[in-house]
Amino acid sequence: MNIIDDIILHSPALIVAIPLLGAFLTPLISKINDKVRNVFVISIVLFTSAIVLLLANDIYSACGKIHTYVFGGTAAITEGGFAVRILFEVDGLNIFMAIITTILAISGVIYSWAFMKENTGLDKYYTLYLLMIAGMFGMILTGDMFNFFVFLEITSIASCALIAFWTSKGKAVDAGFKYIVISAIGALFILFAIAILYGQYNALNMAVLASNIQFSFLDKIALVILISGLAMKAGIVPMHMWLPDAYGRAPASVTLILVGVTQASLYGALRMIFTVYGGKLTTTINQIGDVNIDLNLLLGIFIVGLALVTIFIGVLMALKENNFKRMIAFAAVAEIGYIILAIGAALTTVFSATDPRTGIMALKGGIFHILNDALDIGLLFLVAGAIYYATKETSLNRLGGLARNMKYTTIFFLIGLLAVSGMPPMNGFASKLMIYESTYQVNPILSIIAILCSILLLAVFVKVFHSAFLGPKLPKFDNVKEVPKSMLLAMGIIACIIIFIGLFPDLVVNNIVQPAVNALTNNSNYINNVIGGI
Amino acid sequence: MSGMSRIVKTITNVAFPFVMIYGLYVIAHGHLTPGGGFQGGAVVASGLAMILVAYGSIWVVGKVKEKHLSVLESLGAIGFISLAFFGILLVYLYSSFEGTFFSNFLIGQDTIPIFNEIGKGLANINTAGIIPLMNFAVGLKVIAGLFVIVLVMAYSTRIKEGK
Amino acid sequence: MIYNIPYIAVVALIMIGLYAVVFKRNLIKIVIGILLIENGVNLFLITLAFRQDSIAPIYRGTGSRLMSLPVPHALTLTSIVIGVAVLALMLSLIIHIYRHYGTLDARKIGREEE
Repeated sequence: MNIIDDIILHSPALIVAIPLLGAFLTPLISKINDKVRNVFVISIVLFTSAIVLLLANDIYSACGKIHTYVFGGTAAITEGGFAVRILFEVDGLNIFMAIITTILAISGVIYSWAFMKENTGLDKYYTLYLLMIAGMFGMILTGDMFNFFVFLEITSIASCALIAFWTSKGKAVDAGFKYIVISAIGALFILFAIAILYGQYNALNMAVLASNIQFSFLDKIALVILISGLAMKAGIVPMHMWLPDAYGRAPASVTLILVGVTQASLYGALRMIFTVYGGKLTTTINQIGDVNIDLNLLLGIFIVGLALVTIFIGVLMALKENNFKRMIAFAAVAEIGYIILAIGAALTTVFSATDPRTGIMALKGGIFHILNDALDIGLLFLVAGAIYYATKETSLNRLGGLARNMKYTTIFFLIGLLAVSGMPPMNGFASKLMIYESTYQVNPILSIIAILCSILLLAVFVKVFHSAFLGPKLPKFDNVKEVPKSMLLAMGIIACIIIFIGLFPDLVVNNIVQPAVNALTNNSNYINNVIGGI
Repeated sequence: MSGMSRIVKTITNVAFPFVMIYGLYVIAHGHLTPGGGFQGGAVVASGLAMILVAYGSIWVVGKVKEKHLSVLESLGAIGFISLAFFGILLVYLYSSFEGTFFSNFLIGQDTIPIFNEIGKGLANINTAGIIPLMNFAVGLKVIAGLFVIVLVMAYSTRIKEGK
Repeated sequence: MIYNIPYIAVVALIMIGLYAVVFKRNLIKIVIGILLIENGVNLFLITLAFRQDSIAPIYRGTGSRLMSLPVPHALTLTSIVIGVAVLALMLSLIIHIYRHYGTLDARKIGREEE
């Protein structure tokens, strides 16, 4: 039997299992040598990435193809008709998120080599790092509600321990505690919602649930609890208090993956709304005069409201913040606002029978922006980490004139700056333009607010660029050197991808984003892949 | 934490073997009775925690090293996940075998001779294929993991108490 | 009514837990609040599995007697295991916080200038 076919057949399990195995082998391997351990971890991540790319190639080979992998059996549903088997179901959206995770994981692990070199306890660091990556892949690929919860918890436990990795700093431990409180409560909310759904439909399978869902009163409660739990994990505004602390205090290589964890939570919300509840979202829940108030409209307006608040507060807090990393963290909050703005706008229009094009466009923009946000914010955090590595300084008041000593870092920061504020040659422009266009069709005010906030974001980062990189050379930074090569390589990888996407957005939208959008809007395909195979 | 009085130590000495046996029983019979790797491991770890309370963390740290426990923990996790990997890898040994990740490759098939005779029937100790083996792996991990948590917490808070 | 008591207990546990998390300032009490929420959710899962006059789902000569549902038990168990991990992590973070600040009051930690 051909080994490549075998790997593709088993790939959804391998993508999760190989980082998991690597995580448990790391403490043993680090007994040998530090260098061997680093090479081992990087090779584990590269191997996983290769499998992700193989699987992506397989998924994209045919339109609407779904790879279903059942653990410990072949059929998703057992003979008695019980859907108790755990399965991984990979469609266009899953593989899109997996590609994002892959990019973040590769650059994060390369960055860690030099960035974390002077720390002790690195065997635990790499164990948790691989656990976090495995948990993220699990969250992204799973097709089972409870499994989603388990991987969510694995991710949040590992990432909490990593946020508090620098335990000598009180604020890092404080941030870790905040993060674990919020994520534990969020995860318990999700578990409660899963229990409500299980009590009604006797199934944990997303596809089986989606085919059975009736939209009773309890289902609505479950939807609200699910969305609020996932919003806590994603850092949407009323629940965003942990995010600046956690992003700001964690080591930069960890923050990079944390950005991905937030996106994975957003993916969870998308999956729950569009796939599990997708068939019943157009239920009319109220009538005012002749106008039907459909559920999707209500949910969409609610999400758009949350998104506007998120964008506003993120940008305004970023304006007044003085700490480099916390400021980028607030910008990350604002960027998440853009994603959910697009999702909310899409929800209001995508189910319309006459003209779903606006909704599709908004959804495309939102999903494309998930990729761009992960790359842009990730690059900025890596630059912030590089500056911290070189100067041991995070406050913007005490930085200045770094462009003279750190040429490449300056260039990377400039790329990230232009990308995150949506300037034309970079990738942020492509996705933000799609969001502006589609939200303008929904309501012009939305896109005006979005554009204004994007300009404010540019102002924020120009201020940082001026105060950190430009200006006269400060005498205390005379000995500052360019950061080591591995960190430059990690930043370079992300910067190259940003420029590539910025130059050829059509290529990415047509080949990667479009299958993800199709997977979201067409949930019967997802259901049939499991139910039809009895 | 220093040790407690002689009464506590004596009672601990008496109770410790029973707690151990009961925990190991719960691990070994995880597939037949309520219980399993985690529950039995928690019982065993609570027995070890009893030793910790009675004799004090300084005495225990002198006997058991934290890094040995973390090696044990890694071994348990590796054992669990490699049993899952065997479900995929066995196809290269026996071409007739078809399995996925986490396949129960010891049950209901005739490729591995030693598991045939005792592997079938109800309520025998050896009826569940790889599930008892996985229970042992999980049990090892839970014993080592919980004990190392309790040990490190007790040992690291000991300085405050001395003041 | 008698069958609804577990559900009332679930809601009460979750509400008390949320109250403790939101309004209490001692970190240990926040942790206790999270554990209360967790226990409420676990109780909910266990209650879902209950069938009247049922026996434990062990496969041994039971004839045709009703068994209680094993899947929620497995879910609860997993959730308890995760809860143990979260609890250990939170307590170890609290140990570190206490070492840094000498207090467990949520208002007084993380306020120092860098």
